[in-house]
Amino acid sequence: MYPTKYTKAASIDDVLAALAAGEDAKLLAGGQTLLATMKQHLAAPSDLIDVRAIDGMSGVTTDGDTLVIGAATTHADVAGNADVQRLCPALASLAGGIGDPAVRYAGTIGGSIANNDPAADYPAGLLALGATIVTNTREIAADDFFEGLFTTALDEGEIITAVRVTAPAKAAYMKFRQPASLFALVGVCVADGAGGTRVAVTGAGEDGVFRHEGLEAALSGNWAAAATEGVSVDSDGLMSDMHGSADYRANLIKVLAKRAVDAS
Amino acid sequence: MKDGIGAPVKRKEDKRFTTGKGKYTDDIRNDNQAYAAFVRSPYAHAKVKGIDTSAAMAMDGVIDVLNGQQLTGDGIGNIICGWAITSKDGSPMNMGAWSALATEKVRYVGDAVAVVIAETQALARIAAEAVEVDYEELPVAAHIEAAMADGAPQIHDNAPGNQIYDWELGDEAATDAGLANAAHVTTLNITNNRLSPNPMEPRSAIATYDDAEEHYTLYTTSQNPHVARLVLSAFYNVAPEHKLRVIAPDVGGGFGAKIYIYPEEITCLWASMKTNRSIKWTSDRSEAFLTDAHGRDHVTTAHMGFDADGKITGFKIDTLANIGAYMSLFSSSVPTYLYAPLMSGQYNIQNIHCNVRTYYTNTVPVDAYRGAGRPEATYLVERMMETAAREMGMDPAELRRRNFVQEFPHQTPVLMQYDAGDFPKILQMAQDSADVSGFAARKAEAAKRGKLRGLGYSTFIEACGLAPSKAAGSLGAGVGLWESAEVRVNPVGSIEILTGSHSHGQGHETTFAQIVADRFDLPVENVSIVHGDTDKVQFGMGTYGSRSGPVGMSAVVKAMDKVEAKVKKIAAHTLEASEDDIVIEGGEVKVAGTDKSMAWHEVGLAAYVAHNLPDDMEPGLKETAFFDPVNFSFPSGAFICEVEVDPETGETEIVNFTSADDFGTIINPMIVEGQVHGGVTQGIGQAMLEQVVYDDDGQLLNGSYMDYAMPRAADVPSYSISHHEDSPSPNNPLGVKGCGEAGAIGAPPAVINAITDAIGTNDLAMPATPQAVWNAIQAAK
Ligand SMILES: Cc1cc2nc3c(=O)[nH]c(=O)nc-3n(C[C@H](O)[C@H](O)[C@H](O)COP(=O)(O)OP(=O)(O)OC[C@H]3O[C@@H](n4cnc5c(N)ncnc54)[C@H](O)[C@@H]3O)c2cc1C
Repeated sequence: MYPTKYTKAASIDDVLAALAAGEDAKLLAGGQTLLATMKQHLAAPSDLIDVRAIDGMSGVTTDGDTLVIGAATTHADVAGNADVQRLCPALASLAGGIGDPAVRYAGTIGGSIANNDPAADYPAGLLALGATIVTNTREIAADDFFEGLFTTALDEGEIITAVRVTAPAKAAYMKFRQPASLFALVGVCVADGAGGTRVAVTGAGEDGVFRHEGLEAALSGNWAAAATEGVSVDSDGLMSDMHGSADYRANLIKVLAKRAVDAS
Repeated sequence: MKDGIGAPVKRKEDKRFTTGKGKYTDDIRNDNQAYAAFVRSPYAHAKVKGIDTSAAMAMDGVIDVLNGQQLTGDGIGNIICGWAITSKDGSPMNMGAWSALATEKVRYVGDAVAVVIAETQALARIAAEAVEVDYEELPVAAHIEAAMADGAPQIHDNAPGNQIYDWELGDEAATDAGLANAAHVTTLNITNNRLSPNPMEPRSAIATYDDAEEHYTLYTTSQNPHVARLVLSAFYNVAPEHKLRVIAPDVGGGFGAKIYIYPEEITCLWASMKTNRSIKWTSDRSEAFLTDAHGRDHVTTAHMGFDADGKITGFKIDTLANIGAYMSLFSSSVPTYLYAPLMSGQYNIQNIHCNVRTYYTNTVPVDAYRGAGRPEATYLVERMMETAAREMGMDPAELRRRNFVQEFPHQTPVLMQYDAGDFPKILQMAQDSADVSGFAARKAEAAKRGKLRGLGYSTFIEACGLAPSKAAGSLGAGVGLWESAEVRVNPVGSIEILTGSHSHGQGHETTFAQIVADRFDLPVENVSIVHGDTDKVQFGMGTYGSRSGPVGMSAVVKAMDKVEAKVKKIAAHTLEASEDDIVIEGGEVKVAGTDKSMAWHEVGLAAYVAHNLPDDMEPGLKETAFFDPVNFSFPSGAFICEVEVDPETGETEIVNFTSADDFGTIINPMIVEGQVHGGVTQGIGQAMLEQVVYDDDGQLLNGSYMDYAMPRAADVPSYSISHHEDSPSPNNPLGVKGCGEAGAIGAPPAVINAITDAIGTNDLAMPATPQAVWNAIQAAK
């Protein structure tokens, strides 16, 4: 790792000041992505600004049937939170299936979605659930947030503070693990709620997480596993790599969507 | 004897390993220590046109940057392969030069061109990135097919067409005739996937030069420190053997990858002299993937013929083996003498012919990895048997039974003479334990849940106890493959065993102590094992090929014979009795049938005070022995694997795995079970998860655990294991056969035979990932 300077921020203002002062400063949350890239000399930020100690950045609160999840809430805390389990069990089980315990007790929801890895779980969950991403300057709908591989709508220096998720009527997330990393080879989240019928797919798209219109149309008004049978999932635009061809991923999208509806 | 042979004694070494008190190479801190980081080629094949070290040298804390010209200029020799193979036309193998730091050309991604020595490890690595190497890229042959192709890039000048040798074993004409007369011939094209060994502890070295004594000390992660010293001295010219001490302290797994002497150890030794600092290097995991010798990587076409009764009439094998960019220490022997002699399996086959051609490619060297040649042979033989049975509409167990060798000794047409075994019995043991007769019902029940259930066999034999030195020498080995031991009875009666075997996970500190406790009827706590240090242990050939039991322990037994004889002489003299009447029992040395006795420790004391020894006897009570085996030992086993496949995703679950093994005499059943667990798990890893992938440019695509899948606990079932002990090896004093590799050797075909049974097509290659299984199902539709 290249030398770097660590700062623990106590407030958003602290963060902004440190960002302005640093030559190439970066926010640090659980470090489960960032530290690994630094160890491999793929990133060399001059400063690391730890956002986890900022008041209100961690923990889950509720506003009626809406969950407000602090950006620095760990995957383990989301998975184990009683309100998340009650209002949106699909999200609790998604968080509980990320990586391994060491990753879940350090990695955070804010870090995960800021990173927007094309095989990460939260992007599919938040997109299907029609979540809202809250930052220090604005609120961004999930539909507008996830832009492509490792890219989001966040501006330079913009800080995610929370994620809001309104309880769906029905939802489930099904993940098929890549055997080595245990990230999603394909993950499908299906949800039926205030935002309508939504099906989001991670791990498969060449441009990252996406909604599948065909599956959404089939499930709208007919929320049944059998409704997915007639849908054709095109392999165009899907990733092909040593872990799975585009055809195989297309097959998994359909199988997982069916199983997710069954499980919802 | 409570802690003797056959007792499940808890591992003596585990207290330190489980409490963080183990002492590994990287734990060693020397005064005056500096760190090495290697500048490695990002290209698989390129000319090195220049190295600019100025930016790195300018960094505060960088001590030196050294290159290959300097290394060869100082007389450091090329790295050698220690087993000479002769091609079938009589020509010697084409071994290309391998310098620890590349001089003119790099031949794989990760090939080292320079080394940075700096005050801290982090700084050394940063400075290594600042070394600018001017490369001229050359065309790349990253796979066997590319290396063999017309006009393929020439990797070493002295290996035309990149071929190292074209070797054969067996009678081709007789085998062709056997196939021509067959009622049925089964043909398979089989790839044995390339694996990365992944010991938990990465390689590490710390080298110190003492300029006053002109003496070097090397701590390193080695399975065979004496062999390391031998080649470092005799071939790499680092220092004469008496000026070089090699210590392999606690070593966290080897699996073969730590047999070889790598560029990094040589470079650290040389750099310690150049800089007069103690030089430490520890590989990180990425470096391990790039530079540890890989295993397997064969492509084979094979034909097996059967008569109308299902008896094998001939077996013909044509194998292409990838050796990588350079010939590592044992690389040439793995696809030849460790491979072809296993082609007879457990079967009586009169006609076998095996042709092996090996090639250089622009990849890291390939050498022995847990099983070394025997997994490749076993996979072939056992896939053949199962596939042939399916093609002929026979029960695969019955086809095997018809062909089993039943009389011993049995001479195969491929060098081996099997000495003992009972193949029908162990197959029956496995079938009973796996409840094969209930399989049809289980399959039907699984079908109701939408799952495809399958069952596969592997009945295998392997050869351990490498090896009778004379035979090995006649086949090209550069060393003898005996083992040595010293048994020291101290004046207080405690015993130290100095062995040339090396434990890097096997539990020798327990099992070697058990055979001593058993012999002298003493508590296992009174015995300690000394190994891994060339200044302490007389000599040794180290641990690999499951040789520590059959060869290493046999040397201990031979030395104990001598100690026992002397103990009896001393006791007979002291107690005024005949030697023949002396018995050693219960901590005492007694005159049988009398009440005359000495405590065991009194004999030790008598030997060292020497106040009252027979006139012609030397004082002291320690004896050395060298044991050279007269034959290999032949462990065998029957594995049965049962799987369920999800046809929608191709995901496979192993629902049952049964192993019935013949390891001969078992010293410690708990440790043997552990070896089976580990071996079978590695075999399942090869069968279902692991595969090193290089792209056509020779870039390693899965050089981390994010992409290279190792088996996790959740990937394997709870194993059912049983042992057959009634056919001990007749060729060593304990009757042991070796258990370290059997699991990795026997498991892959059992798994693939089970999956192919489930999905109803034989066309499935390892690793059977969900994608591969799904593809096979689609292709068969
Ligand atoms: C072995 C392993 C397995 C994993 N498996 C999975 C898996 O199965 N599924 C999955 O989804 N993920 C997986 N991950 C990734 C894991 O979920 C990470 O925790 C996550 O991607 C990053 O979160 P973090 O809190 O660690 O962020 P960090 O690594 O600290 O930061 C990641 C990025 O986000 C930025 N960032 C952090 N916080 C904020 C904020 N509040 N506002 C704006 N930007 C911010 C950082 O600057 C950085 O660019 C795995 C990781 C590992 C190491």
